[in-house]
Amino acid sequence: MTYLAKPKFHHPGLPKNELGYTHRDYEGTVSTLCAGCGHDSITGAIIQACFELAIEPHRVAKISGIGCSSKTPTYFLGNSHGFNSVHGRMPSVLTGANLANRDLIYLGVSGDGDSASIGLGQFAHCLRRGVNMTYIVENNGVYGLTKGQFSATADRGSKSKRGVTNTDNSIDMVAMALQLGASFVARSFSGDKEQLVPIIKAAIAHQGAAFIDVISPCVAFNNHAGSTKSFDFVREHNEAVNRLDFISTRMPIGLQQEPGTVEIVEQHDGSRIALRKLDADYEVHDRAAALGFLQHHAAKGQIVTGLLFVEKEAQDLHAHLDTVEEPLNKLGEKELCPGSAVLGQINAGLR
Amino acid sequence: MKSTDISDPQYFHKVVDCQYACPAHTPVPEYIRLIAHGRYDDAYMINWQSNVFPGILGRTCDRPCEPACRRGRVEAEPVAICRLKRVAADFKDDITARLPKPAQRKNGKKVALVGGGPASLTVARDLAPLGYECVVFDGDHKAGGMIRSQIPKFRLPDSVIDEETGYILHLGVEFRGGTRIDSMKKLLAENFDAIFVGTGAPRGRDLDIPGRKEAAANIHIGIDWLSSVSFGHISKIGKRVIVLGGGNTAMDCCRSARRLGGDDVQVVVRSGFEEMKASPWEKEDAQHEGIPIHNYLVPKEFTHENGKLTGITFEKVKAEFDAKGRRKLVSAGEPDQHFPCDDVLVAVGQENAFPWIERDCGIEFGDWDMPKVDAVTFRSTHPKVFFGGDAAFGPKNIIWAVAHGHEAAVSIDKMLNGEDIADRPLPAVEVVSQKMGIHEWSYDNAIEPDHRYKVPLRDKAIALKDIKAEVELGFDVDLALKEAGRCLNCDIQTVFAAQLCIECDACVDICPMDCITFTPNADEKELRQHLKAPALNLTQDLYVQDGLKTGRVMVKDEDVCLHCGLCAERCPTGAWDMQKYLLEMTHAGTSCRPPRRSAA
Repeated sequence: MTYLAKPKFHHPGLPKNELGYTHRDYEGTVSTLCAGCGHDSITGAIIQACFELAIEPHRVAKISGIGCSSKTPTYFLGNSHGFNSVHGRMPSVLTGANLANRDLIYLGVSGDGDSASIGLGQFAHCLRRGVNMTYIVENNGVYGLTKGQFSATADRGSKSKRGVTNTDNSIDMVAMALQLGASFVARSFSGDKEQLVPIIKAAIAHQGAAFIDVISPCVAFNNHAGSTKSFDFVREHNEAVNRLDFISTRMPIGLQQEPGTVEIVEQHDGSRIALRKLDADYEVHDRAAALGFLQHHAAKGQIVTGLLFVEKEAQDLHAHLDTVEEPLNKLGEKELCPGSAVLGQINAGLR
Repeated sequence: MKSTDISDPQYFHKVVDCQYACPAHTPVPEYIRLIAHGRYDDAYMINWQSNVFPGILGRTCDRPCEPACRRGRVEAEPVAICRLKRVAADFKDDITARLPKPAQRKNGKKVALVGGGPASLTVARDLAPLGYECVVFDGDHKAGGMIRSQIPKFRLPDSVIDEETGYILHLGVEFRGGTRIDSMKKLLAENFDAIFVGTGAPRGRDLDIPGRKEAAANIHIGIDWLSSVSFGHISKIGKRVIVLGGGNTAMDCCRSARRLGGDDVQVVVRSGFEEMKASPWEKEDAQHEGIPIHNYLVPKEFTHENGKLTGITFEKVKAEFDAKGRRKLVSAGEPDQHFPCDDVLVAVGQENAFPWIERDCGIEFGDWDMPKVDAVTFRSTHPKVFFGGDAAFGPKNIIWAVAHGHEAAVSIDKMLNGEDIADRPLPAVEVVSQKMGIHEWSYDNAIEPDHRYKVPLRDKAIALKDIKAEVELGFDVDLALKEAGRCLNCDIQTVFAAQLCIECDACVDICPMDCITFTPNADEKELRQHLKAPALNLTQDLYVQDGLKTGRVMVKDEDVCLHCGLCAERCPTGAWDMQKYLLEMTHAGTSCRPPRRSAA
């Protein structure tokens, strides 16, 4: 961690977005995580993504649980809404907030302990319901706050810093998210912002449950030989299926590339994702094939990254429930309590 | 781009913008830190070693360091480096015990120094402690040269000049005041082993326009008039005074006239106000004293009646630029303007003059009747004769004279030890890590926006009454501490070790100025466009290191780095370190001569 505040000076030539903000305006307070923590890079990527999307900070709600990863919302979007909830309970708080005010952009930030152990049930149900959110798991494979025990995502056979081998099977959260019906599933690496930033942008624009698993090396407890979540291991075994450029609704498509190499995926809000395929056979709209591809490569010790699945016609919880367009929290007493006559009608309809 | 070779002392030297811009290469951040710590003696001694006249320069330096200062690129104004130097001089204790002692044994070599100004005194300061017998000749009775004769006392009191020239004369230097050298041949005939000419640029340029002769009694050459004022020969001037010229001498003239009875003093310049040669702060000082500056007026004629000056007629001009961007002043087509006045001070430039050097004594003269002087060794075409200060390459300023003096002293010392004087000594360089603990650095790196502090001035009404009352009062201890805190410590270098880097991006994310980028290598032009923030200041280098595992390179744009050390603080592997880079110029003495090869 750092005791110094980051100086307020910024580069005189820093670009500004449509709102007139620089990326510095999307920062929070200085990180208190260990120096070099992968989570800080993810923080940097979220800042960059929100800056590039020209998001108004007051339109974002960042919600987290407990753990190193769940501390990070303090370090980005200092002018946004935040809720640091109970361990593993970020998904319920996020679901509730989303139901009450569907107008905000929901950013759920969690870790492998928070989401794959204590909060596994919450994780599952939140995705299953299709809450419109971006759910980021900062996955380092260890419990960093309690000094480096294996977490549920640590690979079987990988070694702890003290040399102990993990004998438990690991939970692959990407595979789970695919099975649970998430409509946008991606995996990336904290050490590769070129890949991560567009994925976050596309996920934020996605109108549905977007899940991103970000491998994020723990420099203190999981960045040694024998770890499968270290900088070196991830770089050596990274199998990226595609690279993407995110094209917001405001930008025209400028890409004129050979057919077959770039696939344009249109999203519900009108934004587009230009996918540059690295693996020619990979089909980004095929949930079952994605699962197979994932498991096939995992067995070879490879880490598949990129945008792994996106549903063509995504729907979210509000669509399922057929709620009104107006956020519930903006409805007045009159709309919410239409009176005993209406209640009588409803009761009559149920008899 | 190739990996930057940081073992080349020039690389990090250039990052310390102030020190690099200083002709004498004074280690500025080092002494500013000492001032912040209240160690004024130490701060003074660093200055004294490097620029010889800290108290004088702290009031009068042309400060090439300040426009170079990095603070000026990240905030509105640079650190007040010059006035902090004065703080060291003002608040120091008696430092005489720390000065070199006169040489116990003379080495038998005699050096003549012509002119008692900053260049000659610097040569004497460097050579006398080594055992050289130094003799300084000057037409005036006291040492200092133009420092004493041309700089008004309200900017630089005599006591400061006496003190700092005294430190040098007490090193066993012989000062022959009131002895004007009028023949180089005669001097060469005396048995000096080397001669240094530091006679300045003593001739003020005149203005030959109609009426000059007729009204001569009230038309004065600026530098001559200033020197007469300095020595008390002149104590009055007419009520209405026009100063012609836009340099620092003109500013000194108008402010002096303001104090000697000139109620209505005006400055008139040919060119535009912005192009004036005077330093911005000197123009400000003049305007602060109620002196207007009129521009784009070319003097046409001195008007006079019955042999007495009545005023000056000017032609209004405007600037026009030709295809090559060269400026030309052409008539504005307006009626001429007449400025009535009682006295005129002509400060339109200075010239060198060497009437006392016979042209057949072995010293060749070149363009503009200037001696041919080697720009590195300062030797003329006569092997024993060296030039420095304004006498070498025309009018500059005190700090250049000091820099010339140091280099000439090195040449003389090497020559009289039988060495090749073209073989110049390297600077002494020290690089030390500043890391004290996990979050502890041995320098203050908490950097905040903080605008430049103003130096308190004496009340104008009082200052204008007494030509000897110093206008600037100098920073007090409190203000000095605040101003010193604005220094970014550019000498604390960011040093990168690629073999330790795990490319975690921590430095990239934390850098407040977006200086650091990890990227595939390219040529410099392309790299400059594709960094996290574009590196458009081409005068500032890119620090490039390869050898990373991913095959990318680390590129750091030095331009607006705050030297806050957050990159090093956030680096998990110590690939970044903050290292203090102290560069000291090598002056005359054993260290300027290469060590003799031993038999082993």
